[in-house]
Amino acid sequence: MGERMYVIVVGAGKVGWNLARELLDKGHEVTLLENNRERFTTVEQELEHNVQYGDASELWVLERAGISRADMVIAVTGDDEDNVLICQVAKEKYLCERTIARVNNPRNKQWFELLGVKPVVSATDLILRLIEHEVPEYGLVHLLDLPEQHLEIIEMLLPDDSKAAGVRVGDLQMPDGSLLISILREGSGFVPGPDTVLEAGDEILAVLDPTVEEDLTAYFGPDGASASST
Amino acid sequence: MFILIVGVGRVGSSVARSLLQEGHTVSCLDEDAESHARLEIGLEKSWEDLGGRYTVGTALEIEALEEAGIASADAFVAATDGDNTNLVVAQIAKRRFNVPTVIARILDPYRAEWYESQGVHTICPTRVAIDMLTSEVLQAAGGNGASRSGAGDPQAQE
Repeated sequence: MGERMYVIVVGAGKVGWNLARELLDKGHEVTLLENNRERFTTVEQELEHNVQYGDASELWVLERAGISRADMVIAVTGDDEDNVLICQVAKEKYLCERTIARVNNPRNKQWFELLGVKPVVSATDLILRLIEHEVPEYGLVHLLDLPEQHLEIIEMLLPDDSKAAGVRVGDLQMPDGSLLISILREGSGFVPGPDTVLEAGDEILAVLDPTVEEDLTAYFGPDGASASST
Repeated sequence: MFILIVGVGRVGSSVARSLLQEGHTVSCLDEDAESHARLEIGLEKSWEDLGGRYTVGTALEIEALEEAGIASADAFVAATDGDNTNLVVAQIAKRRFNVPTVIARILDPYRAEWYESQGVHTICPTRVAIDMLTSEVLQAAGGNGASRSGAGDPQAQE
């Protein structure tokens, strides 16, 4: 554990309750806020003074919870409007630098970005990401996204008819803004040299600017196929 | 002016009718199709016959906002029954669609005040009620002169 933090968690649903418990176990100070009286009473039996009753959309409820000294605010209610506004107020009014918001409907993610609330966590997105991982035919798998830095690291399986199969790494003409960093072949990974020859069935890891993702997929994709994205 | 009103409750529907009768183009968006009837209270013709527009959809759905004409709106009024929805959708209208005039109806006076200071124009009916009630009480009391017991009357203590 790093330094001890004071964390305010909003919403004592399954996510919020478990999160509060884990943070407390790790030695952090936690206040969980819940605005449903019945739920509050249930959770209070376990968490006692670490849970407070109230609607965190109201400023005085956040103030009573001590938001001015909070190191982090995590909004995980089932309501996206609540989550985005609680984090916006935490950040802009109470100058709490670290917030995490849950997005229930992935289509609302754009509004969190618009209001400057990040990072966000969406269970739906996470599951979609896992599906990508489990189904390699899906094309390219994101291993790391750094949107602020305009970089991402992806993994891609070279199909049987990949245009790049049989090509020396030194002769590859990958899109500008992308770089091959390693190859996974027959269960082991290595950093290729210029004389390494790519084979169908190789999984490649590449670092790239997200805007060239489609070009990269097309470049390593099946012969004759035009650039297509799923 | 082309005005988009989100939330056709008692407030939204009345504002919509007044603005239409003033000769403006008014488009309304509400998630409950039943709210259309509320728009037509006291009207001789149907809302559409009078030139009004009406869309069913939720405020955070971008397709619904676009269908209701947000991209060309001169003014935007957020008047749903939820403060949080109004605050989010008003900021969407302002930041994403650059609507020149955006007004949000916010019941919570503290947040109305803070968002107002952040550039979101808010109207707070609760604040209006508080101010009116307070001044009515003071005026009535002032008219009646001293309090019955003398206690709590600042003048009585002088």
